[in-house]
Amino acid sequence: MSSEFRNTVRANLAKPEVRANFYRAMDGLMTRRLDQFPDKVELERLRTQSMAIRANALSKLPELLETLEANLTRNGIQVHWAETTDQANQIVLSILQKHNAKSIIKGKSMVSEEMGMNHFLEALGVECLESDLGEFIIQLDGETPSHIIMPAIHKNRIQIAKLFHEKFPDIPYTEDVDELTQTARRILRDKFYAAPVGLSGVNFMVAETGTLCLVENEGNGRMSTTAPSVHIAVTGIEKVVESLLDVPPLLSILTRSATGQPITTYFNMISGPRKPGEKDGPEEVHLVLLDNGRSNIYSDPELLATLRCIRCGACINHCPVYVRIGGHSYGTVYPGPIGSILEPQKAGVDVHGELAQASTLCGACSEVCPVRIPIPSILNRLRYDGVRKDTANTNTVGSGKRRTLSEAATWKTWAWAATHPTIYHAGSTLATHFKGMLPTNLGAWTTVRSAPKLAESTLHQQVKHLGVDHE
Amino acid sequence: MTTKPDTIYFFGTCLVDLMYPQAGVSAMQLIQRAGVKVIFPPAQTCCGQPAWNSGYRDEARSVARAQIALFPKPIPIVIPSGSCAGMMKVHYPELFAGQPDEAQAVDVASRVFELTEFLVDVLQIELQDLGEPVTVAVHTSCSARREMGVADKIESLLGQLSNVQRVEHARKPECCGFGGTFAVKEPEISAAMVLDKVTHIRNTGVDRLISQECGCLMNIGGVMAKQGDAIPHQHIAEFLWERTGGNAV
Repeated sequence: MSSEFRNTVRANLAKPEVRANFYRAMDGLMTRRLDQFPDKVELERLRTQSMAIRANALSKLPELLETLEANLTRNGIQVHWAETTDQANQIVLSILQKHNAKSIIKGKSMVSEEMGMNHFLEALGVECLESDLGEFIIQLDGETPSHIIMPAIHKNRIQIAKLFHEKFPDIPYTEDVDELTQTARRILRDKFYAAPVGLSGVNFMVAETGTLCLVENEGNGRMSTTAPSVHIAVTGIEKVVESLLDVPPLLSILTRSATGQPITTYFNMISGPRKPGEKDGPEEVHLVLLDNGRSNIYSDPELLATLRCIRCGACINHCPVYVRIGGHSYGTVYPGPIGSILEPQKAGVDVHGELAQASTLCGACSEVCPVRIPIPSILNRLRYDGVRKDTANTNTVGSGKRRTLSEAATWKTWAWAATHPTIYHAGSTLATHFKGMLPTNLGAWTTVRSAPKLAESTLHQQVKHLGVDHE
Repeated sequence: MTTKPDTIYFFGTCLVDLMYPQAGVSAMQLIQRAGVKVIFPPAQTCCGQPAWNSGYRDEARSVARAQIALFPKPIPIVIPSGSCAGMMKVHYPELFAGQPDEAQAVDVASRVFELTEFLVDVLQIELQDLGEPVTVAVHTSCSARREMGVADKIESLLGQLSNVQRVEHARKPECCGFGGTFAVKEPEISAAMVLDKVTHIRNTGVDRLISQECGCLMNIGGVMAKQGDAIPHQHIAEFLWERTGGNAV
């Protein structure tokens, strides 16, 4: 079956430079993460603690969201609820219109990608400027992020140098990373002050205190949230934690899992707009809380673990499939293992269910997940939801729609043979007996491999001469 | 259940049955040589993993149910494969959750051992190397490594063999790209993964490749055969049996 996913994968596998970029980057990230956790016992303790913090928050999600809203409001942050990405975009638009804003400076936000916010606003004449270096680079090239925390990871230094030279011909060509960074910084610096509205994502929302936490390295997040007079934060409803004490362990495991950093350069805790007498900070702070299918995920005890994700990207960095096909192959906002469980749940298994198939279930993702999301189990569950008959027993969107008569018939026949030993053994004996007549061209398998060779006689036949009890 | 049992059940797996029977034979011989009686229930077929991983849970359950019925005695079930052992140990309880025979499934799961785990932890097997000097690369399957957590057992067994030198390869813990139906459903990605794996193994210059998983051996070995000049590759049981005196039971 040919699909859009399959075609993109094929195209991307054929780009040696992109593959090399991913391979090099992911090797580096894996090593850096490993270096951050020299003590395996401490790592496992911290993973368990982090999982418990996230699981606790999700177990009382509605209640915590109410507390959060009350405390944010008390702190002067205006809270907006959006069930769909359309609603979220409309909310952002209405805030911009209220301030007659024609441009917006953005810190990094995957939820804004999920909303397709840039497209939505630009179609209405609002300029959206990405201020995260990686996002800035891909925006210049008209691309989407290929990784959730390192959006331009698919590009190497030379490709970026060429891109800058093409877009800013007045600036001398350089391949020096520091100079390239300085160029971006100079261009962005003025925009921070000129933009009437700044937008950011959120890493954690603290219900108890009504605080928004933002992790970043470049300082652009801080600029986007303080220099413009209006700050809009957009995030998913699942990012809430109960108390301030929950933050340090999560922050510690987030940065170490993600980029292998013990801490990031900046950690912002936003607890309200500028207060009387304060010299800086925005005059208005808004928080847009997006559902976009998350409530549906929340309603299933087995799938709920998906929402524990703290968006560190460790699963992506360690995925042998992702490193080869790259983030763009997935055709979704979130790529890699987390994308392969999140996107089919958000859009439906009929739409993105194929992503759940594109895994060997090797478990490298769950081995590193800081909050122990059982990604392979959820992939398995989504495969089941895709083809199951009792669709009334699941809330998963698009359930049963991937079931085809021919595949279902194949598995039915297989199960019949495997539950009738006489048939099964007759088949295998026959196969080994006439193995010379079996095809040597098995389509996809034999493109790079020789056809598997059947043994002269099966184990069942050989066991008879082994002196074991087989009656 | 870490004391040495008198008798065990052996589950051969369908891949061993059809493609690598010698691995199954050697595994049973190793266990017999250690003084343990082996029961090989003749009605065994497949653990049900292919259907389970494809989302066909009803079909997987009916096949799994037929296997569960073959292991009534309270003795260990030894399996020469990390992934089939993982299916029975980890996934049977999930597959039968809420079913009338859940207790039987959980009981079977609790008695499952992957072969190398059984040889090291339960039999505490002692090996004497009688072979010529040889260099080997080890490929541990993802199920053995992560699902079963027994990746170190194959290393510890090989470590007992004085003339066997283990050589590490790049990205050793990474999946070979087999993944059962994955290799068929996503052939291009699988090919990219296994081609890299073969390159890393070839770069070691070893004499032999050893694994406890016949699926991985079929995948990696298939590529090496297609490329010509395949490095001899063997299931750990067969290798151990060969190195420690072969058929001199």
